[in-house]
Amino acid sequence: MSSITTREAPRGFSAAEYMTCLTGIVWREGLRFLHQRERFVSALVRPLVWLFIFAAGFRQVLGISIIPPYETYILYEVYIAPGLMAMIQLFNGMQSSLSMVYDREMGNMRTLLVSPLPRGFLLFCKLLAGTAVSLLQVYAFLLIAWFWDITPPPSGYLTVLPALILSGLMLGSLGMLISSGIKQLENFAGVMNFVIFPMFFASSALYPLWRVQEGSPYLYYLCEANPFTHAVELIRFALYGQINWISLAVVAACTIVFMIGAIWAYDPSRGLARRGPAGGEG
Amino acid sequence: MTSPAPVTEALETPRPDPAAVPALSIDGVSHAYGPRRALMDVSFKVQAASFTALLGLNGAGKSTLFSLVTRLFGIQSGRVSIFGHDIGKSSGEALRLLGVVFQPRTVDLDLSLTQNLLYHAALHGIGRREATARSVELLGRIGLSDRAGSKVRDLSGGQMRRLEIARALLHRPRLLLLDEPTVGLDVKARADIISHVRQLVTEQGIGVLWATHLFDEIMPGDDLVVLHQGKVLAQGPMSRVVTEAGAQDVNTAFMRLTGAQTMPGGGA
Repeated sequence: MSSITTREAPRGFSAAEYMTCLTGIVWREGLRFLHQRERFVSALVRPLVWLFIFAAGFRQVLGISIIPPYETYILYEVYIAPGLMAMIQLFNGMQSSLSMVYDREMGNMRTLLVSPLPRGFLLFCKLLAGTAVSLLQVYAFLLIAWFWDITPPPSGYLTVLPALILSGLMLGSLGMLISSGIKQLENFAGVMNFVIFPMFFASSALYPLWRVQEGSPYLYYLCEANPFTHAVELIRFALYGQINWISLAVVAACTIVFMIGAIWAYDPSRGLARRGPAGGEG
Repeated sequence: MTSPAPVTEALETPRPDPAAVPALSIDGVSHAYGPRRALMDVSFKVQAASFTALLGLNGAGKSTLFSLVTRLFGIQSGRVSIFGHDIGKSSGEALRLLGVVFQPRTVDLDLSLTQNLLYHAALHGIGRREATARSVELLGRIGLSDRAGSKVRDLSGGQMRRLEIARALLHRPRLLLLDEPTVGLDVKARADIISHVRQLVTEQGIGVLWATHLFDEIMPGDDLVVLHQGKVLAQGPMSRVVTEAGAQDVNTAFMRLTGAQTMPGGGA
């Protein structure tokens, strides 16, 4: 790495500089996460409550037939584990987007955006950093779940990684896209009600879709159209060393669309403009 | 410890008349938030190795101007360039040469001083080894070496500001922007920061744009830009601005230019 960085001649940026920037952003996000232990604990408690209490109670109510990727009858806990992994990422994606809104208000986002590297790249790094944090949470969850007899094949822990990165990026981009539309911090409660809960319940996270279809065909179509369903299925298949191609295509396409939308929509001045004449930042 | 930074060397490198290129050039910049116009046809320049004070009350448009120069907001009309690099067209090259201290605190309170500096270095693509060396040097210069590993949260307001200035200098910019950096600080901390920044101008040839509403921070040799309700009312060397306003000091000159009634508690 060259130590002379103040030459005037236009020279663009080297790959090494991009990598330094990327690792720096991920490193800082990781440090911040480690300092917020409550956030880590609550990120873990949420899915564990579902696993220990909800799934245990529902085990008797809901029978799961043999559906791919499973090859035997499985316990309900085993069925909902991938859904809970995706839920961790859903909450994390929304939470890191919340932190971007928060950062924007606190001025930390300014530090990031004054970097000379292209803004789109900076925001992409920020999304990747959020995804990295979600991976820590998911693997911590998998570790605890292992003691609860959720034991995917050992290689599954590795094959699920790319699926988790992709789904993490998709949910993070979605969160960022939504956060660009939020005017104030308080509105995040609305995101919980209008985004997180509907996405989670209208998906294959808690029940197989053939069951939903028996109950209501309309809800079934809704679930099929829900990108979160495909994130769950992508993770579910990857955890057992398989690829669900349709889900992969949907998640990849949604990631691209959400990310472009999020980067396009992230304009700090637009937030101020919408606040109107009262938005008194001289 | 105070060996001249490579910035000075860069300035001395023979280039096609470097003196002619202003550090910061703002040409006919206007900006509106919806119907509210925050800046109207603002033009001025900041020369390298000069201290330019941007004087204006709260709401004059100073922060909007800073947001435009730092690429935070897109330019609606007009042109902003840093050492000849247009902030819209070649923002990377322009931002490389720019260091900023924003008005609100932008340091990570839960991270240590060194971690804050390393993060900033990474954002500029500066590798870990070089970044660590520069952090050590800069922390020494601002007298906070012994606090390198402490959390920023434990620093005083003045120390945090000094850290932010050190951070802004980490990538060795040639133009430094400070948005009301002394607000909320005690007398000693204010004096320290002002003298530190003035030293940067004389010793390292950095061009400084210092936004303020405190008249006593401006010295007779400074360049002055008076911004009021989004318009530049006067600019030039401070002594000239004062004389042309037919006043004895900056305070009176400012009140004459803007109309005394706008001074909060001005009592004129």
